[in-house]
Amino acid sequence: MAQVSSIADDQSSKSITLRIARYNPEKDSERQFMEFTVPYEKWTTVLEAILDVKKHFDHSVAVRYSCRQATCGSCGMIINGKPRLACFTKISELDSNIVTVEPMNNFPIIRDLAVKFERLFDTHHKIKPYLDRDDTELESDAKEFLQSPEELEQYIQFANCIKCGLCNSACPTMATDSSFVGPQALAQAYRYVADSRDKGKDSRLKIIDDSHGIWRCHFAGSCSQVCPKGVDPAMGIQLLRGYMLGFRS
Amino acid sequence: MTQDEHKEGFKGMANPSRYGIERVAYWLMRLSGLGLLAYFIGHIYETSNILRGRVGWNEFLELTQTTEGHIVLAIVIAMCVFHTVNGIRVMLGHGGVGVGKPARPDYPYDPASQNYRHKIGIYSAIILAAIAMMYGLAVMFGE
Repeated sequence: MAQVSSIADDQSSKSITLRIARYNPEKDSERQFMEFTVPYEKWTTVLEAILDVKKHFDHSVAVRYSCRQATCGSCGMIINGKPRLACFTKISELDSNIVTVEPMNNFPIIRDLAVKFERLFDTHHKIKPYLDRDDTELESDAKEFLQSPEELEQYIQFANCIKCGLCNSACPTMATDSSFVGPQALAQAYRYVADSRDKGKDSRLKIIDDSHGIWRCHFAGSCSQVCPKGVDPAMGIQLLRGYMLGFRS
Repeated sequence: MTQDEHKEGFKGMANPSRYGIERVAYWLMRLSGLGLLAYFIGHIYETSNILRGRVGWNEFLELTQTTEGHIVLAIVIAMCVFHTVNGIRVMLGHGGVGVGKPARPDYPYDPASQNYRHKIGIYSAIILAAIAMMYGLAVMFGE
């Protein structure tokens, strides 16, 4: 199935070999790679190279993307062995003449590079990703929930999560435990536990205090290394565990 | 793992090469833990030989006096030291100690939890394990 192609009319730029994993779970028994020769400039992203392939060679390559600016979290994939956002990864920074793109690990494959996010959203929803309290600031006569800059600093880093799933893809526990809640959801649990406006700390800690919950994190830190938004889930998880072990109040 | 789940599986979990020294420490921690468990089981079997009397005990103990026995014991020493030192680092980290403070991240987003304190802890565990192993080898082969 391997295919070698080239854009002969573009002599001005350098080129790389883009290897794209092709797999349709409804038809194929195993994954295969197709190879394309794609021109690039120093600012060309991996997503642009994939879209180049779709435009010029094979429009059937399945890839999910939207914002092209590392905001929507749609284009996560394995690029040269590591989970990255395709729109946030420049080909020039990979320092390789061969760029291999595969679907993210630990997510069921829909087709080619597109994976299912249902489980990520389920676990995210499970930890109650909203302010948990009886009153509201949305009514016309209600007061705004005030918060100091110091209190904001406690969680704002974790509010940067774009739910791209790269952390779950890099996690060694997710690689073997299908029931593990995962670093994304645990970091978000910390985000709300650390929010001074939230009153649902006890119920959230009860949700993650499970054999496949926070105790399955072994602090390998791979989640933090691949996060494209600087969320540092490993820190959030350890701080959260600090609450549960009584190191923090 | 089924193809449907697309889990990376044991191969991915055990691959220490992609995510820096922290993932290497994670892998060594698992490996040394399993090694120490195997040694513990073997140790129970070994000490149970005392039921065979002094002769039986001495016969079995001779196994540890061979070159192979010395190398195995040296590896056990290294595993023990690494697992202890790295275990203390991990336990402190699990309590939220030394993992940094939450703050607005700046590009290129170096994770605060993977800070120099933990890196020093990991390298210390590896170096101390190597020193302990070499000392053990010197004592055992220096007899």
